[in-house]
Amino acid sequence: MIASIRADFPFLDAPVETLSYLDNASTTQILRTALQAMEAFERDSRANVHRSVYPRAERATLLYEGARDRIAAYLGVPSDEVVFTSGTTGGINLVAHGFGNRLSAGDEIVVSALDHHANIVPWQMLAQRRGVVVKVIPVTSGGRLDLRGLDQIVTHRCRMIAVTHASNVTGAITDVATIASAARAVGAKLLLDGAQSARHGPMDLPGLGADFYAFSSHKCFGPTGFGVLWGRRALLTEMDPLMGGGDMIRRVTFEGTTYADPPHRFEAGTPPIAAAIGLGAAMDWIAAQDVDAMNAHEDALTHRLINGLRRIQNVRIIGPQDDQDRLGVVSFDLDGAHPHDVCQILGMAGVALRGGHHCAQPLMDALDLMGTNRISTAPYTTAEDIDRCLAAISEAARKLL
Amino acid sequence: MTDLYQDALMALAKDAANAGSLPPPAVSVMRDNPLCGDRVTIDVSRDGERIADVKHKVRGCVLCRAAASALTAILIGAPKSKADAARIAIDAVLAGKAPDPAFESFSVFAPVAAARSRHTCVLLPFDALEAAWAEST
Repeated sequence: MIASIRADFPFLDAPVETLSYLDNASTTQILRTALQAMEAFERDSRANVHRSVYPRAERATLLYEGARDRIAAYLGVPSDEVVFTSGTTGGINLVAHGFGNRLSAGDEIVVSALDHHANIVPWQMLAQRRGVVVKVIPVTSGGRLDLRGLDQIVTHRCRMIAVTHASNVTGAITDVATIASAARAVGAKLLLDGAQSARHGPMDLPGLGADFYAFSSHKCFGPTGFGVLWGRRALLTEMDPLMGGGDMIRRVTFEGTTYADPPHRFEAGTPPIAAAIGLGAAMDWIAAQDVDAMNAHEDALTHRLINGLRRIQNVRIIGPQDDQDRLGVVSFDLDGAHPHDVCQILGMAGVALRGGHHCAQPLMDALDLMGTNRISTAPYTTAEDIDRCLAAISEAARKLL
Repeated sequence: MTDLYQDALMALAKDAANAGSLPPPAVSVMRDNPLCGDRVTIDVSRDGERIADVKHKVRGCVLCRAAASALTAILIGAPKSKADAARIAIDAVLAGKAPDPAFESFSVFAPVAAARSRHTCVLLPFDALEAAWAEST
């Protein structure tokens, strides 16, 4: 299986360098089918969408809206609930604006200490605008959400719980069922940051108990600069757009303008058409794989990685140490050595890791860390990649400690 | 890429020359690098246009610690103009030029020239020193 998967990723065709790419939580590599779909559009069907009626433009609109249909099918939702954005950050900002601006002073938003800055700062900005209160679900020393006090945190003033579906630092998968039921109990909505989870197979988002779900194309083997926000239709319909312009209107006059229905209300201007088509192709590819086997492959690599890290002196794993409810995202500390020193040395050995705070400074503060070194797998990762990484960490330890 | 972590650089970082703080009226300035979390505090006591004493505290990477040691080592008792010259010298090293002979100790940073994303690690103590001096006037 792994050989056929690797054959689908052009970065492995004729590598420009020796590379064990283990920074997939930051950006996955792009699929051949995504690149080909984008090139075919730009070459054969490039025209603006939703505007012109000649055949080339019709093809462009069909491809663009076809991508929406394919992505909607992957998420288990209707196409008109799928909004194209610039990425996870863009999607969350859209909700913090459109949903958030309907809130009143004293209303509460609950986020978590495991969250990425993209799911913290937009809510803080909303708090400044509207006087809403941002509350925080704490994290355990084991790098998981601490849900023991959830009843106290989620009160009748709570309007939204916005949490990560899976941590980009510790790999912990969130217990969505518990949080969704806490939200339902007080009539609050649930937004999941799906940046890390979206690529792991077709979903049933309404069944998950979520009301909004945001993710990024570049973490799903698609192009950069693009993403998706799913929201329940009734909620999207109530939301004001963040940007005004072409393609998002129903009728424009100087006396007053009315907006288009979702999703186009939130897609002002000429959209990234090729990117949408590329992500559509990527999600088709994922759906066509044996997803269970693909995820099991990453689980086995994560197991091998954690066992290997445990055998290296001075390595401390940050986050869950077991195989349960986690992704192949593993952070570690090397006896206080600065992550950029560790990652620089690994980079010279052809091993690509991310080091730093991973846009999660509140989590670093909660764990009292300057930053971590983060290893993250993908379906194209091999056992040799993991072993090369472990050897390079031992070498870095010899050099730095 | 040449190995950044050569023995001389590691020694400079481990040595942590002039680490510590100075009592008032010395001026203390903290500078963060939000990209990597490096944090440098530089304390400067001033005597006219002369740097009477300077100390540093670094919570950061090897490059940042080595730079703080190398910079402070040449500035104690020196005129401020020497700090200005040091900045020009380190900028040249990071631009891949041969180090100014007057700042030979900066040559350990030559391999950093090729690592663009790490320049700020080396420059953070220089920035903090400049800010501390400006505050002391």
